[in-house]
Amino acid sequence: MRYSGFRVIAEALTGHKGWKPVWRDPAPQAEYDYIIIGGGGHGLATAYYLAKEFGQARIAVLEKGYLGGGNVGRNTTIIRSNYLLDGNEPFYEFSLKLWEGLEQDFNYNAMVSQRGIINLIHTDAQRDAFTRRANAMILHGADAEMLSREDVRKLYPWLNFDNARFPIKGAIAQRRGGTVRHDAVAWGYARGADMRGVDLIQNCEVTGMRIVGGRIQGVETSRGYIGAKKVGVAVAGSSSKVMAHAGMRLPIESHVLQAFVSEGLKPLIDGVMTFGAGHFYVSQSDKGGLVFGGDIDGYNSYAQRGNLPVIEDVAEGGMALMPAIGRVRLLRTWGGIMDMSMDGSPIIDKTHIEGLYFNGGWCYGGFKATPASGWCFAHLLANDRSHETAKAYRFDRFLKGLMIDEKGQGATPNLH
Amino acid sequence: MIIHHPILGPRDAQEFVYLGDAGLINRPDGMTAGIEAFHDYAYNRDNPAGEHRELWYHEQGDRSWLVVTRNTVTHEIKKVELARDVARAQGRSK
Repeated sequence: MRYSGFRVIAEALTGHKGWKPVWRDPAPQAEYDYIIIGGGGHGLATAYYLAKEFGQARIAVLEKGYLGGGNVGRNTTIIRSNYLLDGNEPFYEFSLKLWEGLEQDFNYNAMVSQRGIINLIHTDAQRDAFTRRANAMILHGADAEMLSREDVRKLYPWLNFDNARFPIKGAIAQRRGGTVRHDAVAWGYARGADMRGVDLIQNCEVTGMRIVGGRIQGVETSRGYIGAKKVGVAVAGSSSKVMAHAGMRLPIESHVLQAFVSEGLKPLIDGVMTFGAGHFYVSQSDKGGLVFGGDIDGYNSYAQRGNLPVIEDVAEGGMALMPAIGRVRLLRTWGGIMDMSMDGSPIIDKTHIEGLYFNGGWCYGGFKATPASGWCFAHLLANDRSHETAKAYRFDRFLKGLMIDEKGQGATPNLH
Repeated sequence: MIIHHPILGPRDAQEFVYLGDAGLINRPDGMTAGIEAFHDYAYNRDNPAGEHRELWYHEQGDRSWLVVTRNTVTHEIKKVELARDVARAQGRSK
């Protein structure tokens, strides 16, 4: 069933009786060529591209809960490719290009909105650093622009420009950045994968891996044993739990990141904005709520909820930047579990077990990476070699000193 | 979260800096351990869902290092020890 304007009109005239469930609910078969563990954004994108771009068949996605019920439904929906380092920027730019064509590609309205992102500058040193970043982005074919204080004032005159400690001195802008309707990304990929014959198997928790002679044979699940030639794990947040079935310890800690949404307001922020002096990022949803977040709580957690001190810290960041929101009420807060890696960058790589592949360590930047992550992981699964833009995301980079550390924090996951 | 400091009593977790897995106490011997052992020590973690022994530093207090046994699923704190005592019990810093 393809979506089109004609279809919407036809359904409107016939009482919307023709809409059908957009994916099947199949029982697991005895064996597949490919099993993707994790029915979130990255896992579904992997299955979709594996079927569509790499022409593979006999694919299953195993999801412990329901499709899109994890981090793809819990993030702040921002897309951008404003990275500095060589290992990252080509990958995220590839992702942003895929976002730009995504809705036509999978024939689903994901509400990709390139409303632009600005990162505010508060010191001269920050301007130098962001100028360097902008140059790096442009060299990799992305767009970047330096804004003056007056340029920012034209966009958002109500910001706290003369904050005594953190005056706003300008911004780096990426006009092609923006937001996407996060759930629709999961649904679009799920539908696209299902249409190409991928079995999306929900309520199917992987409880073990059968590994014989250094080769994966299949996975034990809550719905029985399922054989597979190749198994790809894309369960960021729970990576350590799942990979423990293969006896692996990862360069990852799981941390909780909280996100927030305010009551609905009239249009205030038409793009995405980040505060450069604290850690605070904000956009406004189409329903009017301010969607924002800040730092992770900073201790290992699988709780999907955080604590009050971080809420206070995020609120302080918001107030320092936008005193106008002082009387706005918070509607909801929630938490998601992040794979915080040792250098703040992800891993898309083979493991030492033949036929077992890993995709994770997304820290809190996984949503924007969804299309490229799926594409590159599918490339790795199908061809047994890394995609051009994901070559640096290796397991052994910590052993070889090839870390991709955007923040320069070293092996301290809670500071990335 | 409230951490029951063995010396100072109940303290807000905000007074502490979090380092991570308490296994970091057991740094391999730099003269004998190979690169693989150091790589494993520096970068790899058990990262369990459930009980986790971890290092907290009381930066805004008495600047002691603590080993806190905490459940990562519920955030419940089961046990708090001075890291010094834990390390000595393991035969360190003789």
